[in-house]
Amino acid sequence: MKDRFKKTNLCWLAAIILSYVILTALMQAGIIDAVYETVLSTIMINIILAISLNLIIGITGQFSLGHAGFMCIGAYSAGVMMKQMPGMGGFLVGILIGFVISALVALIVSIPTLRLKGDYLAIATLGFGEIIRIIVLNMTITNGAAGLVLQKVVTFPFIFAAMVLSTIVIVNFGCSAPGRACISVREDEIASEAMGINTTKYKVMAFVIGAMIASLAGALYAGNFYVIRPDMFTFNRSIDILVIVVFGGMGSMTGSYIAAIVIGLLNNFLQSFAAVRMIIYGLALVLIMIFRPSGLLGTKEFTFTSLFNRFSKRKGEAQ
Amino acid sequence: MSLLKVSDLTKNFGGLCAVSHVNMEIEEKELIGLIGPNGAGKTTLFNLLTGVYEPSEGTIELNVDGQMKSIGGLKPYVITGLGLARTFQNIRLFKNLSVLDNVKIGMQKDIQYGVFSAVLRSNAYYREEKRVEEKAMELLRVVNLDKKKDEKAMNLPYGEQRKLEIARALATDPKILFLDEPAAGMNPQETTELTELIHQIKENFNLTIVLIEHDMSLVMSICERIYVLDYGKLLASGVPEVIKNDSKVIEAYLGEEI
Repeated sequence: MKDRFKKTNLCWLAAIILSYVILTALMQAGIIDAVYETVLSTIMINIILAISLNLIIGITGQFSLGHAGFMCIGAYSAGVMMKQMPGMGGFLVGILIGFVISALVALIVSIPTLRLKGDYLAIATLGFGEIIRIIVLNMTITNGAAGLVLQKVVTFPFIFAAMVLSTIVIVNFGCSAPGRACISVREDEIASEAMGINTTKYKVMAFVIGAMIASLAGALYAGNFYVIRPDMFTFNRSIDILVIVVFGGMGSMTGSYIAAIVIGLLNNFLQSFAAVRMIIYGLALVLIMIFRPSGLLGTKEFTFTSLFNRFSKRKGEAQ
Repeated sequence: MSLLKVSDLTKNFGGLCAVSHVNMEIEEKELIGLIGPNGAGKTTLFNLLTGVYEPSEGTIELNVDGQMKSIGGLKPYVITGLGLARTFQNIRLFKNLSVLDNVKIGMQKDIQYGVFSAVLRSNAYYREEKRVEEKAMELLRVVNLDKKKDEKAMNLPYGEQRKLEIARALATDPKILFLDEPAAGMNPQETTELTELIHQIKENFNLTIVLIEHDMSLVMSICERIYVLDYGKLLASGVPEVIKNDSKVIEAYLGEEI
């Protein structure tokens, strides 16, 4: 099919390869040192978490505060499997098991809770996220509060590939008919139902896909930072992800990318001001929300199509 | 056999009886008007017929392939799937989406690919998206909005928003179209255009149309039959000439001549 090799798609492909090459070169040259490599991994994992939450909040309009719970499922599935089967094999099996468990849990949780709206849904999902953490805290296979110490199996290329793949999945979903149905649920649920759309089905669908991708992010977290404890997946983590989504603009995937990078770098930069770190961080968020209430990009998306259109328009004006 | 048969339909909200023992029978390709004073229960009746509310009593039957099927209390999306589409009194477009996407969403139920094709961008995805886009553009041409396809729905003028709602309802491929005050807030010229549009879509899409309207010149000129509601009860029904001269209707709604 010709459409698959459109100019814009090729541009994206070029952008992906270029950023991979640049980042690898910088690491080889030692400009990105070990410290910044950690920052980079954190940013990439946060991007995966943010876009998966953005699918639920930004595209489908369902306010979920339990995202850390799904991340926890992914991290512990990978962690427990790696304990049984050390190395990459165990890790990959762990990812698959994480997918299955998180999809099942999301299905079970979403069918009753997605009948709720707005604040009620937020509180229900918040409670669910905590339940997951408490369960993990009390199981022997997960080693309770002490958590698991694993070996580092995941490096930059793997996380990068996972990030690109999850982005493609979510963006393609958003631009398709099921994605449009999800957007219509966000816009007006009553009208959407009157248009023949089974709103519950699409809400559950978005929730399950988001949960599976969050579990992938959790597995990457376990494989990259090799220490996981239940207290890493508290409600605070859900809020951190939510901040990225809101800050970047709900419904904008490129916004989530930019926000995750900005917040990641800001956090790292503020490490040197230990005492006032959280104050400056909070202040920065407040200021951004005052001046850009709908987030950095709002619901807009950076696309090569709009870029090309702008260029051709400018050319038109010049003539 | 009639297309839609409503028998003894009642809806209570607590102690309030919004619609009480209404009987209606609608034949194929009819253009029906539903009139009555404010608060008479017209929109509630629409909401019952399209599944937004569940009836307290009575039945609603729709002719599905020659069989009368009870649709009372089914979910709205199921009812839409059976061929009933509607517009809303207080416009309910997907405001932040483009005009084209609004219509595309109406076609959701006959999309022939699933999530996996969507994510993997299979050939089915490209084929279907092309078909959907072409059909949506065709519908936009019917309501004269094809040149504004990329505009956000909320930026359209009021009259065009109403037209877009009609196009979106048509996209669900309905047998019966319910229009809830399609001419509300329109100026006389827009109303004339709307009248033409209603005639045109009725012929081109083989539709049965039921409309609620307060603009009596519109109702009397295009409706073949009229039902009059007052305090949730059916006051009268018949052809426009009969309704115009019915003393009860005049007293309740049309107003007496001075």
